[in-house]
Parts: sequence; structure tokens; C-alpha cells
Amino acid sequence: MNRDEILLSVQDLSASFFTEDGVIRAVQNVSFSVSKGRTFALVGESGCGKSTIALSILRLVQQPQGKIVSGEIVFEGQNLLRLREKQMRQIRGNKIAMIFAEPMTSLNPVYTVGDQIAEAIKIHQKKNTNQASRKAGAQAWEDAVELLRTVGIANPEQRAHEYPHQLSGGMQQRVMIAMAISCEPKLLIADEPTTALDVTTGAAILDLLDELQKQNGMSILLITHDLAVVAERADDVAVMYASQIVEMADSQQLFAAPFHPYTRGLLRCLPRSSISNPRSRRLQTIPGAVPQPPPFPSGCKFHPRCRIGCNDNRCQTVEPELRQVQPGRYVACWHAPA
Amino acid sequence: MRNEYLLQVDNLKTYFPIKKGLLRRTAGFVRAVDGISFAIRAGQTLGLVGESGCGKTTVARSIIRLVPATAGRVIFDQTDVLSADRAKLRQLRKQISLIFQDISGSLNPRMTVSSIIGEPLKVHKGMTGRQLNERVATLLCEVGLTPDHINRYPHQFSGGQRQRIGIARALALQPKLVIADEPTSAVDVSIQSQILNLLKDLQEKFALTYLFITHDLAVVEFFADYVAVMYMGRIVEQGPAAELYRNPLHPYTRTLLSAIPQVYIDDFRLTIDDCKPVLSEVEGSKIENQKSEIKPAGCTFGPRCPWRQNNCFKQMPQLQQICNHKGHFVACWKY
Repeated sequence: MNRDEILLSVQDLSASFFTEDGVIRAVQNVSFSVSKGRTFALVGESGCGKSTIALSILRLVQQPQGKIVSGEIVFEGQNLLRLREKQMRQIRGNKIAMIFAEPMTSLNPVYTVGDQIAEAIKIHQKKNTNQASRKAGAQAWEDAVELLRTVGIANPEQRAHEYPHQLSGGMQQRVMIAMAISCEPKLLIADEPTTALDVTTGAAILDLLDELQKQNGMSILLITHDLAVVAERADDVAVMYASQIVEMADSQQLFAAPFHPYTRGLLRCLPRSSISNPRSRRLQTIPGAVPQPPPFPSGCKFHPRCRIGCNDNRCQTVEPELRQVQPGRYVACWHAPA
Repeated sequence: MRNEYLLQVDNLKTYFPIKKGLLRRTAGFVRAVDGISFAIRAGQTLGLVGESGCGKTTVARSIIRLVPATAGRVIFDQTDVLSADRAKLRQLRKQISLIFQDISGSLNPRMTVSSIIGEPLKVHKGMTGRQLNERVATLLCEVGLTPDHINRYPHQFSGGQRQRIGIARALALQPKLVIADEPTSAVDVSIQSQILNLLKDLQEKFALTYLFITHDLAVVEFFADYVAVMYMGRIVEQGPAAELYRNPLHPYTRTLLSAIPQVYIDDFRLTIDDCKPVLSEVEGSKIENQKSEIKPAGCTFGPRCPWRQNNCFKQMPQLQQICNHKGHFVACWKY
């Protein structure tokens, strides 16, 4: 992992949901760091806990069912989990911003997009708040229009007066990005930013995020299930399975030589990797399905679906820890190269 | 040679009227499907590819008359579908079935699995009792589920399992043609490959013909024999799958291919980078966003096209076969 300055450090984070069916340990002992100016990707299939980690960072986990049980989240030297709500509000939308998967449901349908972006600006304005509110409002509106221009929306002066339902999915996502970057955050959390979009729109949105990152020097925590997006856009990657990180490395290293059987399985599942053998006309798969807690399988959570693990006694009974196998490379597997 | 095509679609058009004003006069039309033609041979798979809003789902619905077509012909197994009477249509609908994208929305949450899969058998074949239960159990096994799931409700299954239930239901009446509308868009990658393998196996076992509708070009390359790319209600390029991917001609096809994220970027990808998607131009490509009531002249892709020239705005290009590549058609003034 790069030795650049660390912006966010998640240490031993655990979060659980308390439901009628029992305690669901959504995140267990997760640790990783995001460096300044870099993109860190958390990749995994649905239910692995990646969105819960994002919500934990911003302390948006739904209470009382959800609770951060243990761990620390250190941002710019402060443990976010120890802050009072008032202090946390200074950080949310301001220093750490988030964009979500479904822009239509994240935007308020009864306010114009201009108003929504301006709201974020007004709340976090560092300027003198004793100014006449109308003047501050006018300034915020102009800033909002400029932000729409920055994210590539044509005719921003006109578009700012429109409501979310009048915009396409790609434009709504860009409005969310505009809101998110309005206060020049140090960290942008992007939770499945392109999943609900067409492939061409998604590609263009990711290009936009790259562009903004270069301009602002912000770090991006990219959460996705799409390995290909990670390969193209992330600097560092952590692969999650059933609430834990199973492999973590620099992006290039990971894709050049994945160690964990789950990572390797996922890469093999991609249709394009089967193209080299078209005659077979069958895709590689990972048998079974992601375990739904409670309870998780004993030992290594992946063992029932693993070619090696399903026959190995140690894999079935003892849970492997995430350990460093090479400088900057971490794997949680008994059979990883040492 | 027309006999060997199980499904033939000929210049299909489906327009939805835009009604305006106090008297709800028809002011114009949303041209969801604007002249689509293709044919599928029995036992093969046609991949219909396009992004959201291009009209591909409307094509599927028009074929089985869930939505009234405005013009054109649909011939299924020598029978004219669009002009068939009610009785004939009922017969036809036993032979064509659908698999839907919205897995949760397409399974009635208040019906058990056995009721869901058994419904078509009860309605169309009048099956009851033990015969019905046996058939349902067989179908469940075909899709990789077990008969002890028979009395459970959809919410008790995972996404991948629900899609399997949908597939079992689609197979119940032993159809000849299965229209699969984005069957794997809503599931995880590892489940997607399981479902696709299942669909392939079922195709071989039951000699099924597929119309596979999707936005995912990577999946289609693997799954389909023949591919048609749709944009704004029209087919802009079509051809054998391998040929289309090796040699994409239409700028929209190239834009789509260059937008797919890839783990390992190969040289081929670099050759199509002349058509990278540009953010400001992506707007307005959905049919329902068409504000004009008058049909615009020229190629619908013109405003977004990196190769656009003057005559692209004057007349709509028609699909033409490219001489040296048999079966590969493209609608573009460049060729």
C-alpha cells in the first residue's frame, strides 16, 4: 500500500444490526486506510457489508436497529465515532461527502435542483453568516449554477430551476455530485455511483469523478460490486466477503495476481474472461450463494464455496485472519502464498 | 428458406400517442419502436442490445401483443401474430414465454412457489392435483431448486433463486420461444454466471429459441449467436455475434463497447477509443425525453456522433449489408 499521507483510517470496525431474527454482524473487524488524493475501492457482492461501512463513516447507520459495535474511524486526526452530533454535522456534506446509488430517491422531489445544491452551500458556508440572508442566498444560487456547469450540465442557468424528475438518471447523478463537491470535500464516498445508469452514462460519470479528483485532490472511497470498474478507476482495493475483508492490495497487483480464491472466482465469472474459450460456451461460476446471516459458516466463511476449502479441515473450523503476505498485500486465507 | 425462421419481425412500429390539451387531442407520438426488422432461427439466440429507453422492452411486448403495435408484421411459426384472433392468440401465447428483469415484481408475493409455477399449467392445460404437483416438482429440479421449496413464498428466497423460479414458470408450458428481458441485471456477478449457464443448458435440453434483451454487451457476446444493437427505436447494426464484436462498425456500437469497463484492457479496446462517450452529449437519448412532436430528419444518433457530417442530418440511413461480411448490417452514412 502506498506510503502517502493517510486521510482516513478505519480500525477494527464492527457494526451489527439487531433484528427479530437475531443479531446480524454486518461488518466484522474491518481495517483499511484511504490516502490523500487516491481512490480506494471496496468491492463485494450484495450483502457483504460495504455500504454499511460507508454509512458508519458518516454515522448514518439506521438506529436503533443498527449500531457500530467497536472500532475507530480516524479522519484528519479525529476519531469520528467520538464526536458529538453537532460536530459530525460539520463534517457531513462538508469535509466528507457521499453520493448514492439511486439518484432519484436521494434527491428531494419537491425542490428544484438549484435549491438543493444551494442548500448544501448555505449550510456549510464558512463565510460570515451575519450577511443578509437574501444576498447569501443569491450567492449560493450562483455557486450552484457554476457547479452544474462544472459537472457538465448544459444550460445550467435553466436547468437549475428544474425538478429532479425532469432530468435523466445521468443528470440526476451529476446533480448529486455537484451537491457533494460544493464544499470541496477531502473525501468523497461514492456508493455504487453507476449501477443504476446506462453503461455510456456511467463511463462518463466515472470520467467526471476522475477529472474532479485531479482538480480538487480529493480522495474517493468507491463502493461497488463491479470489478471492472475497480480495475479501471481504483488505486487501492479491498475485496469484501460476508462482512469481512478477504483481500487488500494495490489495484494493479491485485488484478495481475489475485490471491484469495473468492477474488479469483469473481474474476473468472466475468463473461469476458471466458471469451478466450468460446467453444465451451459455459461461464465459470462460484457454486452456491453468499451466506445470509445468521448464522455464518464456521471457520472461513467462504469455505463451502471454495475448491480447496470445502475439503480442508482447517478452513472448515478455524477462521483465517487478514495478514500481510507481501509489502502492501493482505489476504485472509490459509492457502495464500506466504 | 423462410421456413427455418421461428420468429420474423418485419418493420415493426409501435407508437404511443402524446395527448395534450383539454380535449386530449393527439399532439404527436413517442416513436418507441420505429421500424424494427429481424429474424431468429429455431434453436438460436438473438441478443437485442441497447441502453435504457431505446425501446427494446417495447419490442418484446409488441411481439406478444401486451402492447398494441402500430404497424409491421410479426410472424411466429408461420402464423401472423398481429392479426391473430383471440383464440389463436391464446394458442400462440402458450408457445412464447417471458422472463422478466424485475424478479420481485414479477412474482406474486402472496402466492407460493407451487402456485406461481403451476398457474400457467392450470390456466392453459387444466392440470390439477398430483399431475400438477409432479410437473411443478420437475420444473423446480430443472432450474436447480429442490421440490421441498414448493410451499414457500418468494420473499423466502434469494435474488438468484427467485430468478430461477421465474425461469421455471417460463418453461411450464414447454414454449418454443423465450423472451428474456434483462434476466440477470438484478443479480450479483457470481449468480449471473450461474443463471446464464442454466439458460444455456435449458436451451440445449429443450431446443429453445431465445430473444435475449439486455444492455450488457459483455454478456451478449457470450450468450448470443446473433446481435442487434438498438438506438432510439431503430436497429443501427446487426450481425453474427463474433463478427460484430470483432468488427463493430456503427459509431454507437463502438461507443457502447468502449464504455464497458474492463479488467484487462486489450489492444482491441484501444482501437475503438475514437468513440468514447462524452457526458454533455449523453442527454436526450431516451425516447420519452423526445420533446418534439415532429419526426426529426436525419440520423437519430447524429447529435451524438463523433463522425457526423452534413448529410447525416438530412436523411435517416437505412440498414445495409456490408459487402465482404455476410449477414452484417449497419445503418450509417459512412458505409
